[in-house]
This record gives sequence, structure tokens and C-alpha cells, in this order.
Amino acid sequence: MNTRIEKRFEALREAGELGIVGYITAGDPSPDATPEFVAALDQAGADVIELGVPFSDPLADGPTIQRASERALKSGTTLAKVLDLVRLIRQASQVPLVLFSYYNPILQMGLEKFASTAAEAGADGVLATDLTPEESDDYRRILGAQHLDTIFLGAPTSTDERLAKIAACSSGFLYLISRTGVTGAKDALPDDLPALLRRARAVTRLPMAVGFGISLPAHVSVLGGLADAAVVGSALVSEIEKATKSGASASAIDAATSALSEKVRALKQAARHGLSRREVTR
Amino acid sequence: MSSILESPATAPGHFGPYGGRYVPETLMVPLFELERAYELGKSDALFQAHFQNLLRNFAGRPTPLQFASRLTEKLGGPRIYLKREDLLHTGAHKINNAIGQGLLAVKMGKPRIIAETGAGQHGVASATVAAHLGLECVVYMGTEDMARQALNVARMRMLGARVVAVDSGSRTLKDAINEAMRDWVTNVRTTHYLLGSVLGAHPYPVMVRDFQAVIGREARQQILAAENRLPTHLFACVGGGSNSIGLFHEFLRYPDVKMIGVEAGGRGGQLGEHAARLAAHQGFTGARPGVLQGTYTYVLQNEDGQIATTHSISAGLDYPAIGPEHAWLADQRRAEYWAVSDQAALDAARLLSRTEGIIPALESAHAIAGLVERLPKMTKNDLVILNLSGRGDKDMDTYSRLL
Repeated sequence: MNTRIEKRFEALREAGELGIVGYITAGDPSPDATPEFVAALDQAGADVIELGVPFSDPLADGPTIQRASERALKSGTTLAKVLDLVRLIRQASQVPLVLFSYYNPILQMGLEKFASTAAEAGADGVLATDLTPEESDDYRRILGAQHLDTIFLGAPTSTDERLAKIAACSSGFLYLISRTGVTGAKDALPDDLPALLRRARAVTRLPMAVGFGISLPAHVSVLGGLADAAVVGSALVSEIEKATKSGASASAIDAATSALSEKVRALKQAARHGLSRREVTR
Repeated sequence: MSSILESPATAPGHFGPYGGRYVPETLMVPLFELERAYELGKSDALFQAHFQNLLRNFAGRPTPLQFASRLTEKLGGPRIYLKREDLLHTGAHKINNAIGQGLLAVKMGKPRIIAETGAGQHGVASATVAAHLGLECVVYMGTEDMARQALNVARMRMLGARVVAVDSGSRTLKDAINEAMRDWVTNVRTTHYLLGSVLGAHPYPVMVRDFQAVIGREARQQILAAENRLPTHLFACVGGGSNSIGLFHEFLRYPDVKMIGVEAGGRGGQLGEHAARLAAHQGFTGARPGVLQGTYTYVLQNEDGQIATTHSISAGLDYPAIGPEHAWLADQRRAEYWAVSDQAALDAARLLSRTEGIIPALESAHAIAGLVERLPKMTKNDLVILNLSGRGDKDMDTYSRLL
């Protein structure tokens, strides 16, 4: 049975197009806003949407997503509520949805209950930032039984041997971290990124999404031909932050929604048509 | 039955179900490198000679095991010995581990170390070792802790370390560790994270324990020399749990030696008011096994798996998780855990100051309070070793306000 994620990457491959994976923190600034944001991202062309589950101690995240987590927790967002949001979103959209969480909230809900609820709600995959392949036997067995893709991270520090192990534990796609560090927008992509992609391609046929530090159409253009998708997170989250700075009023949410659409449209444009090398480096 | 107690690691890096490695992938290979460097260091004669030399001539080991005659008389129960880690250079047991890891950083060719600190003792120890070995040092510390441990902040700066104020979350030790891990994941190629307790991902809980196990090794020889028998009870405070594991480890193979880890009971049993992870039997709520900052262990948290804020008068004990080996020792009932209140710790600090002429750190004062509360269950035939893990200079502000 092919998952929504697999189907989407197959379609992208056939079209020869780089996918855009959009990340937002669920419940930021309010649970009600999340389905609106997802609908906008979907309509603007995002191929996969990652819904961040807020956590009190987001040690892999930079300041932008840390603040989003705080806002989401303050608005009462729990893992159970995020799963409710998935159910709501799924009624209106077939966009592939990945839950992006730290491991503890999943563990506290219980792996069985989490997996069955997430699958029933319509989630397609799960990425647990601080869960390593070594500790993931039960997790993969239980999520796999519910046909949820398990996505793991590969890093620039991962050896070839580890990349193979990570890929063997992953389904749907492989998420490669572009550079050492926490999440957050950066100006330039690191020089050793092509090498990391090459090393990963050598050990797996899974589609590769590259994330951490991607915010600009130029980044997306550079990734075309190298990766299968670009993950944009902090850059989207900061649009939400800017628009809702003085509160989560209906008009602020509308403003955030249009900002998200615009951002993803520009990224998608770069992904579809690309920029010439000269334009990229200028 | 003693084999699991001797070496409770059921799989590499695990203590029963606890421990393991729960970190972002970027840190996995550095953790393997650290583990390898540590394993090589264990059998490297030169490394060991350097480590022993610094422990003896820089830190001031061995530390005395002092018979606390007036405290013994005053309490009227067991004979009490104090393991005087407070007499070490920098004023606490933290220097033992900082020396070990500092030497490993040099061995691994990492010119920069980072550390988290709660009470400031580990930060001072790290800054001290960094200065001694010529390493760059950055220490992360919560702003609440910086306010209550201002003396240690000044000491770190005097030693040339950069102290970074952490203003997120509860602004205490947990948040300092988050920030240190963010630094580490970013600068991992040049930086060693000098973690100060038996926390975090493997190999830290094992490695830090081994660096601290010198406490128990010395204490066993010293008590045999003084009393010609093993102690009946060991007492130590437990934040992350490094001074307690350091004392306990050597004695795990003697089933008759009872071990009591004393946690911070703060202001009461309600979640948020304490830092007692293994004292549910006393009505301290909110601890369940979970994953925090690299390891699977007992964690104070709400029903949704969000980590709770904690309270303790002692910055060094003010942390929502406990070292995974302690979780396992508690499950096995090999060690007992008991929480005492802020007030009991203050009372105990005054008691020790006035009976023995030793002002203890607030952390160590918890161990003394734990002993005092245990007295009804002990006899004059009992023999106690209490780990006096640190001295109280850093806490004089708190003491002078509250006593």
C-alpha cells in the first residue's frame, strides 16, 4: 500500500520537480489557525506539510521555533489536540501530513494509542527529532503496523554506515539536515551539502528532503537536481510570528495566511522553474 | 543476584530500561567518538597517570573521611562519618569529573568546552579545568540561578570563561542544558560538551559515574581503616545524581550497605513545587518514566508529556529528571530515595555549621536533613557515611537571608 507521501514523491519525480515541504508549529498562535494555515500552504503548492508538536524543551530548535512552541503551548496545544487538528485538516485536504515531534509526548500518550489515533486521524508519517534508530525498534514496529511512514534524520556528521542504517529505518523519505546546528533560517547553504546528498544517494533509493536553514527561493533553486524536496520551517514560522505579533485576531490570522501563501508560492515557483546559476550566485 | 547490581547495564548504555541515546542525529557520531575516546582512556596508562596526578596535586585528593563526633553525639544515633568532598579545589566533587572530561577533550583534539551549570559548582569546575588545560570555555546558566549563585558567576568570569545567561523556560539547570545542547549540536566539530552529572545520552551517565567513583573507593578504604567494618548506610543528595552515584558505586556489591539518595522536596508535593523524582511514596507527584535531554529516566512532567517546572531552594537539585542509573537502582530497590523540604535543608545546614564547624552547600544540606529524618529507623550500632559534596560559600546569600 503506497502512502500519500510515497505517491507525492513519485509524482514529483515523474514531473522532474523539486518538492516543497512546509513546516509550521501546530497551535501557533492558536489551534483554530492551524487548519487555515495548512489549507493555504496546500493551495500554494506545498507538497508535504509537517505539523510540529510543541514541546517544553525543544533542544534541537533555534529561537524562531522555540518561540512558536511557547505560543502553541500557551494556547493549550497538546499532542492529542494536534491529532484532532489532523482529523479536521484531513476532511478538507489530501495533502501528505507528517507529525514532527520530540519523542516524550508520543511516549507519554503511549506508542499504540498514538499510532492508531494518528493513522485514524489521517496522518501519513511521523518524525521524532530526538529518537535515534538505535532506540526505535518498538516505535517502528507499532507505527509501521498502522502504515505510518517513519522518517529519520540524517546529518552532515553521520557516517556512510549510519546513513545506511538511518535509511533502513526510514520510509516515505529521508530528511537530511543541511548543516550542524539547530533549526533556523540562514543566508547560504553549506558547501558540503552536495557531498552529503551524494553519500545518502549511495545507500538508499528513498526520496531526500533537505532541511535546516532553507528560507529563500535561491536555496530552493540550488537544491533542484540535487534533492527531491526542500523543507522550509523557520521562514514560515517567522511569517506567522510577524503577522500575529500583536495578537491572534481574525485579521492577523488572515494576514499570516496570505504571507504563508505568498512565501510558498515563491518557493514553489523557484522549484518549478528554477533560476539560472548566475541568478543564484548574484 | 548481585550481577545486575554490580553492573546494571543490560545493553550498552542502558540500565534496565533506562538510559540510552535520545539525541538529534547530528550528535550521534560525536557521542560514539566520545565513547571510544573514553574507553581508550581507561586503558591508556599515560592518560590515567595524568588524571591521577591532577586529582591528587591539583584537586587535592584523597579527601578526608572525617568522624563527625559532635554531630554523632547531638543526634544520638549512628556513628556518622563525612566524606569531605567540600575540601576539594573549587569546593565540590564536580572537579573530579571536570578533570576527567577536560583531559578527554584534549585527547580528542577539541579546543573548546561548553558546560551547563545550576549551582555554579560544575561551571566553576569546568572553567577551572579549562584554564588549567588551556581550553576555551563557555558556561550556560539560567538567569534565576545566576542571581542566587552570584559568587560562582564571578569566579567563572575570573577564570576566563564566558557565562551565557539563559532566560528561557524556568531559567534554571534544565534550560541551561537545552542551550548547551544547542551550542553543541552547532559547534560539535570543535567542541566537547562537558556535562556535569550522570545525565544525558550514553556514554555520559557511565563516564561521569566512573570519574566520580573515586569518592566511594576512597571512602571504603577509609572506613575500613577507621572502623574495621563497612558502613550500614550511605547518604548523599541527588540532583542529577553524580555525587551520590560516585559514593554508591563502590558499595553496590555489598548488599548489606543501605543507600539513601536525598532529593529536593522544595515547598510541597504538588507538581511544580518540588524536584523529587523518586519520592512518590512520600506524596511527591508528577514523575513518570520519559525522555528528556538524551536519556530515558524518571521525569517530572504533566499528562501531555510536557516537562514540568521544578522548585528547590538549592539550584543544584532543581532539575526535573534524575540520572538513569538512579531510576534503575530505585526500581530494583537497591537504593532508597527520600525527599526533604527546603526548610529541613536550611535547618540541617545550621545544624552542621554549629556542631562541626562546616558550612555545607545547600545541596549537601539535603543529605544531612535526610539523615536526620531517617534517625528513628536507625540504631547506635549503625555506621553512616554521608557525602558532603560541596561547601556553602556560594550559598551565603541565601543563608544570611533565611537563617
